[in-house]
Amino acid sequence: MIRDQKLWTWHLAAGMLILLLLGLHMAIMHLDSLVGIFNPAGGHAIDWENVAARSQSLFFMVTYVLMLGAALFHGLYGLRNILFELGPPSPLRQSLGWALILVGLGLFVFGTWAAWASYQNTLSV
Amino acid sequence: MLEAKGHPNRLGIFGWFGGGRWGPDRYLYSLHRLTGLGLLTYFVLHIVLTSSRALGQSAWQESMARVSGPIFVGGEFLVFMAFAFHAINGVRLVFAELGLGVGKPIEPVYPYKTVLDVQRPWVVTVLLLTGLLVLVGALDFFVWQ
Amino acid sequence: MSENKLPETIIFRIRRLAPRRAEKPSWGEYSVTYEPGMTVLDGLWQIKERVDSTLAWRASCRMGVCGSCGMFINGRPRLGCNTQISELGTAVVTVAPLPNFPIIRDLVPDLRPMFDHHTALSPYIIRDDVDEMERPTGEFYQSAAEMERYLQFSYCIKCACCVAACPTCATDSEYPGPMALTQAHRYNTDTRDDGFEHRQEVLANEAGPWRCHFAGECSRVCPKGVDPGKAIQLMRRELVADSFGLRHKTPVAEINVKPDGIERRPGIPAAPEPTL
Repeated sequence: MIRDQKLWTWHLAAGMLILLLLGLHMAIMHLDSLVGIFNPAGGHAIDWENVAARSQSLFFMVTYVLMLGAALFHGLYGLRNILFELGPPSPLRQSLGWALILVGLGLFVFGTWAAWASYQNTLSV
Repeated sequence: MLEAKGHPNRLGIFGWFGGGRWGPDRYLYSLHRLTGLGLLTYFVLHIVLTSSRALGQSAWQESMARVSGPIFVGGEFLVFMAFAFHAINGVRLVFAELGLGVGKPIEPVYPYKTVLDVQRPWVVTVLLLTGLLVLVGALDFFVWQ
Repeated sequence: MSENKLPETIIFRIRRLAPRRAEKPSWGEYSVTYEPGMTVLDGLWQIKERVDSTLAWRASCRMGVCGSCGMFINGRPRLGCNTQISELGTAVVTVAPLPNFPIIRDLVPDLRPMFDHHTALSPYIIRDDVDEMERPTGEFYQSAAEMERYLQFSYCIKCACCVAACPTCATDSEYPGPMALTQAHRYNTDTRDDGFEHRQEVLANEAGPWRCHFAGECSRVCPKGVDPGKAIQLMRRELVADSFGLRHKTPVAEINVKPDGIERRPGIPAAPEPTL
């Protein structure tokens, strides 16, 4: 049986990792007028030039994937807690658990593909 | 285990957000839960939307154009506010739920000092920092363009 | 509202349920003649004596030590005997049975779910020396500092107010609730006990403290200052520290053995003979 204690500890650890990575992401995206970090072309963070510059950075590719994994685990474990606290019967509980794992893995694979593909594409441009 | 009999009386989901005259810390829990769900919903949509950068410049610009309307910008600001609260309160919870900053066992003497009194300065700090971050974010979203 | 400002007649709105006569609870309104110093429990007795003798609730000591009269008074779980009508500050007192427990009748909740969780967490001293436990030869040594680590949590009167206030208990029947978890921590930190690993088997899973989200309402409503919220967070620290091998393990308390070769000073009377 997956021990809730282990999952909970990882949930906290993921939260701390997200604080760092998402904090950086928020600073890049929403403090671009104030701080302007990692936006080499100036202007808005979502302008293609800035997006491409970050996409071709190995640092960003790796940290995006890390952040994706941590955030998916953190969020879906939280959702699992909320759903389980509603008291579903045991067989439904198992199915829900597996469904959340599948959704998480699916989104992780998809997001990692997007990070990798944009890394490759922008490198070759 | 003996089976409990009687008329059901659980507060249900209503009890997560209300159902009584509770203290402020319990409403912080409710807000943390609500912001978490909001952030998760946004996150899933965000993964799908930003994956368009893998398909090149025109795909990216088309996606960004689709979410540039005022409703989307307003919604994104709500998400930013949710992030600010959830992250800062989350740091407080990480420390508190690992037993740090909750006080030591004491001899209870009325009026009782509980963990909530020990946590009060941290709660105020969380709310102030959240307000500050939301203010700076609002300036970036709506003023400094 | 001070006692002087309360009217002579207080209205009690009480949630009634007579299982054999009605399927759903309903509200009853009763007038109570107020006198300064009256508690909610006094009001209920007045209603039962003068207005409606079918009203049912649990009460015993009427002084806040037995834990029987836990009720949902004006939106908050409290002890009926410990709640002055004047402190509520209103001329309408709303009394309902404690939420998150099935209702047996009127204001009487079925507390068995809470006690089942309590039992499952082994709320008693667990040691290897069973002989000594059953036929004690002496007292276990425990310093005042060691006792302070769990004394606060031993004041629990099992009134169930904390479980009624807990948002997780509002939906989750598998979560043990603040009372059971606090008592597990009370025994884990008692140096006379050696049952940490035994309880850990249960606590590491769904019957553990992992669904506590630190709303803190349990600590706020506890009528004895037990502070279950603090106990649960401290217990989580111990459990997590243990899984990383960082838990500070104190040796189990030993029997206080009288040292050899000590002479009683003249004039000091001997201790009375043991009665067990």
